[in-house]
Amino acid sequence: MIAALICVISIAAFLQFFVSYCRSILASTRKVELSDRVREATGISDQNVAAEDFERLLQLVRLCPERGEDQNEIRVVWTYYGLMDVLNRIARPIFPGVAAWAQQERQSCSHFAAVALDRRISYSRDLFTQQVADRL
Amino acid sequence: MLGPFDYALLVTGFLVEVAVVVCAIYRGNFFRYLPLNLYMACTALVTLGQYLLIRRLGFTSPEYLYTYYYSDSLLTIVLFWVVMHFYQQLFVEMGVRRQIRLAAMLLLAATAIFSYAVVHHNRAHLTTRFVVELGQNLYFVGVVLTYLLWGAILKLRETRTRLIQLVLALGVYFSATAGTYALRNLFPSLQQHFLHWVPPVVGLWLPLAWAYTFAMVSEAARLATARLAVKTR
Repeated sequence: MIAALICVISIAAFLQFFVSYCRSILASTRKVELSDRVREATGISDQNVAAEDFERLLQLVRLCPERGEDQNEIRVVWTYYGLMDVLNRIARPIFPGVAAWAQQERQSCSHFAAVALDRRISYSRDLFTQQVADRL
Repeated sequence: MLGPFDYALLVTGFLVEVAVVVCAIYRGNFFRYLPLNLYMACTALVTLGQYLLIRRLGFTSPEYLYTYYYSDSLLTIVLFWVVMHFYQQLFVEMGVRRQIRLAAMLLLAATAIFSYAVVHHNRAHLTTRFVVELGQNLYFVGVVLTYLLWGAILKLRETRTRLIQLVLALGVYFSATAGTYALRNLFPSLQQHFLHWVPPVVGLWLPLAWAYTFAMVSEAARLATARLAVKTR
């Protein structure tokens, strides 16, 4: 009985901590404006990045040279996106409010991926410039 | 018998635990987060000890099993010290350092008395089942303490990103581990096939998340906590 209670409470606490942790990572990029360069590369013309663009953006991120330091946060956000995707699908017919919230979170994940892509493109450019300068 | 994946987890765990301490020293935060760094150093030493025991006596030896579970319980108690340190950091401006210290001592005493009562009750069969129960209870106390801390962070509108991320990562770790222990208590058969992998993977989470926070989030970074609370429309 006690073990069952601990199990249920721990799972509920885990979900709350994990969601808050992911949101703390997403919050760091929420106000970052996307550059024209990344808009051009991804074909995003709207102010907001669509939630469905996440996978495509992540594929583009993986094509760029790794910065090393953003690997962990990308992995965490990828897991969070998957969780929100499942929640969105399950909650849509029963709890539209929850589904709308999950959709908004997915959109934040996509914005995060676009910012990560932007940073990696800048990093690639810097690398290229440095290599050209070294050759000269 | 351990496979390559188990060894990879052990070695990665050790390296990441050391990385947290190195990162904190490099960023000049070793003494600011002294309990956290001491905990990580202890965890790295325990991981190293476990590796040596596995090599010398084997994964299924009773020596390894007892070392694993009892060092885990002791490390959890050290982790309570880290939680208390976070409480002190949160309430630093209120000047309640003495009260927090007193509460920490009371909590430790209560945990010790509770553990003693459990040991006394189970003295006829001090088996792994008992240590699983003890681990489950200790981690659950950790979940409750971290949850209260998180509530205080939200209530006081704490904005230090680093503190927030350190606390949330700890909450994820405590709750995942307590849940795993409880599941193991409820369904012992799951241990062989699935739950066997969870503690080492969850054990990697905490040093990884803390290393990330020390490396990527500056002490000056601020965050609006209102954005973190889950609210559906």
